[in-house]
Amino acid sequence: MNALEILALEKVFSVGFWRKQPRRALHPLTLSVQEGEVFGFLGPNGAGKTTTLKMLMGLVYPTGGSAKIFGMEIGDPRVKAQIGFLPEQPYFYDYLTAHELLDYYARLSGFAGAAVSGKERKSRIEAMLARVGLTGAGDVQLRKFSKGMLQRVGIAQAILHDPKFVFLDEPMSGLDPIGRREVRDLIEQLKREGKTVFFSTHILSDAETLCDRVAVINKGELRGVGSVAELTRNVQGKIEVAWHGMSVPAALKTLTQECSCAGDMGRAVVTEPQLDAAVDALRRDNLRLISVTPVRSTLEEYFVQQTKSQTPSQSNSQKGAYA
Amino acid sequence: MSARVIPIATNTFREAVRDRVLYNLVAFAILMAGAAVLVGQISINMERLVVINLGLAAVSLFGVVIAIFIGIGLVSKEIDKRTLYTVLSRPVRRWEFIVGKFLGLSGTLVVNSLCMAAGVYAALIYVSDHHHLLMTDSYVLVALYFIVLQFVMVTALALLFSSFSSPLLSAVFAFCLFLIGSFSEDLRGFAAMSQGLARWVTTAITYVIPNFSALNVISSVAHGEPVAAKLVVANTAYALFYAGMALCGAVLIFERRNLK
Amino acid sequence: MKPSRSITWIAACLLAFFLMGSSLLIGRIDGMRARASIEDVLYVRSSSALKRMSLGYTGLMADLYWTRAVQYYGLKHHTEADPHYELLAPLLNLTTDLDPKLRVAYEFGASFLAPKSPEGAGEPDEAVALLEKGIRANPQVWQLYHALGFVHYKERQDYMAAADAFRRGAELPNAHPFLKVLAAKMAQKGGEFETSRMLWTMTFDSSDDKMIKDNAANHLLALQAEQDLNGLAKIIDLYRQQTGRNPQSWREVYSANLLPGIPVDPVGFPYVLAPNGEIYVLHPEKLKFLHKGIPPGYKPSAESEMDARS
Repeated sequence: MNALEILALEKVFSVGFWRKQPRRALHPLTLSVQEGEVFGFLGPNGAGKTTTLKMLMGLVYPTGGSAKIFGMEIGDPRVKAQIGFLPEQPYFYDYLTAHELLDYYARLSGFAGAAVSGKERKSRIEAMLARVGLTGAGDVQLRKFSKGMLQRVGIAQAILHDPKFVFLDEPMSGLDPIGRREVRDLIEQLKREGKTVFFSTHILSDAETLCDRVAVINKGELRGVGSVAELTRNVQGKIEVAWHGMSVPAALKTLTQECSCAGDMGRAVVTEPQLDAAVDALRRDNLRLISVTPVRSTLEEYFVQQTKSQTPSQSNSQKGAYA
Repeated sequence: MSARVIPIATNTFREAVRDRVLYNLVAFAILMAGAAVLVGQISINMERLVVINLGLAAVSLFGVVIAIFIGIGLVSKEIDKRTLYTVLSRPVRRWEFIVGKFLGLSGTLVVNSLCMAAGVYAALIYVSDHHHLLMTDSYVLVALYFIVLQFVMVTALALLFSSFSSPLLSAVFAFCLFLIGSFSEDLRGFAAMSQGLARWVTTAITYVIPNFSALNVISSVAHGEPVAAKLVVANTAYALFYAGMALCGAVLIFERRNLK
Repeated sequence: MKPSRSITWIAACLLAFFLMGSSLLIGRIDGMRARASIEDVLYVRSSSALKRMSLGYTGLMADLYWTRAVQYYGLKHHTEADPHYELLAPLLNLTTDLDPKLRVAYEFGASFLAPKSPEGAGEPDEAVALLEKGIRANPQVWQLYHALGFVHYKERQDYMAAADAFRRGAELPNAHPFLKVLAAKMAQKGGEFETSRMLWTMTFDSSDDKMIKDNAANHLLALQAEQDLNGLAKIIDLYRQQTGRNPQSWREVYSANLLPGIPVDPVGFPYVLAPNGEIYVLHPEKLKFLHKGIPPGYKPSAESEMDARS
């Protein structure tokens, strides 16, 4: 059973008071996440990431399709006990201290009454604060917290009840490099504990390092799903050939335009079928081969490529290639 | 179920109490009671009357304003500032949220009223002969109790409106309903004098507007007249039923709302 | 995922239940409060204070007080066996102080302040004062002069004052033609039936208020019945002169060619002929202002009195 199973989930908002104009926020989305994965949900601002997350949390009702978390329909209260959520740019009750806030959330998650005593709850909260690096800030009112501290409290409330699946909406937003590092470490920690993490971001380097798989979404449409390696695989089979020398063999020039010399190294990019001919050309000129490497595009290139305007049919065929 | 409603209620109570706006309004109301003492001294032998009339009117009016603004503020602010997202992503049902907010707000208003009532009674003692309260002054408590019932109804209405409308509009609607509801008995009189379809429609409307006129016994209490026990019971039941109605409406609407 | 169906059902049912409950309670509470709310109103008896409190919305305030006055009268009239309308005069005075052009309030005073209980408050002098105030504020309204003359004539038997009122009204350009006639009749003090009929007909015609119209209509019915009874008594006399005895049924009178058929009262029931020649009305409770022809032993029960009044 997949941790998350999304089936043709879509959302159309009716905007306007008198004559309702429909605005499509999400085209039918089909996606699945396995248990224990760290899954990245990438896309530019306004792509539909937050809408998707809100639907999964039961804050917004989908206009079509369905989704299941651990086999249970979203909106089922049993599901909510197993998940944690950190919204984008969270804001919490100003007037509460960090401790009071987490206590409130703990009670709402069921850590109250006969099941859990006040002492247990307190120690759990202390542990959580320590885990996110906020020990000692427990009695400070949240109105005095910095952005980074708020983000950490946000993560604390998301994992407070030890959920199996954690959803984070732009968890690194507004953090300085140290803060981002800490959140990254935390996510890795969660993965080691066997939790499933689903987070949305538009910072690709984070996704590259953390995620097992990613999905790219733009203008409400899914553009591609797969592991980072798969998505950045060289589709066109381009190979870079490097040699020792100061010139480019004429034979090679006829094969490809992409060749150059810098210092005593020459580089040329050829297609896979051309590889043999290229190596031959170099050998004939008695040039020493240094390396033959497949060219990988970065995730960024892939991303930019996917988020340029495309017709729906094109993107569908690509989905077929990767999903 | 109540395991979640109660934390929401206590949290709401805490938020309201720590909200500085509340303190300002309470202080103002207490000042009003003081002013009543001064005004009373201008009209001889009328001090007690003025203190009770003005004092209770201030408690009523300010209390309604507090009920409306805090009631609306709390729910709209929560939706606006997204504190609600982290609450509803937990196993909390939407109706539990509404009920919890309502209980927290009502609790706040009761405490609020007690503070303001203390101010009124203090003023009353000050202007009474030999600083002794009369037997009839206990009726003021009934008037205060009715005022609290008004608050409960207004809070429920404020929650109803803020479940779908912007904060400003909600405040305006709630306040308008309070004004209209204060004349509801007369509106029923007007309706009785009309004919045909207009009569049915207007009568139906007057039954849906909150019946605040029956909860306003300030002038009779100021004249030392008791309030019938039957009326106390009937008004209590009515206030609870009406608040229940408004809350059901709020739940129905909020359940359906897409939280953008 | 959709909004929970069970919650929707429960909330909707509860809402309906609460709505019904609160509506029922409103009815109950209104009943308990009726007296209190009206007396509440009169805690402020000073018109000038009231005007200031209205913050300029004197018209609205006047409407409020007018509604209260009508409710006050109606409530007492329908629920009390022996009503005394002490608060009616102050209520009407406050109403007209707030809105001096509220004609219906003056007319209401004429119809219901002047007559004695249970029909009215039995305060004809108050009614006169109210109407004079109304005339000062609305000198071109002939209906007010009519009302004033009516009160002088009917309740105070002051025929000179009545004549004066009718005369003043008759001088207005749009006055009802009857006013001139009545002015003259007052001077004569004669033709009582006709005078009364004219007065009540004018009251009926000139007012738009349902209560005033109903009141006038009932008076006209009683007048008609009284006239009938007088006429029938004369016919019975004639029969006695002709035959030396009392008729035992209308048929006998009809056979003697003294009547075209069985006489029927204004509410549609045949008159009752008693063996001793007296004539009675079959349902006196339907002709409430009638003082003749009441069957002997008829005791108006409190309920039937109130029924008749509604």
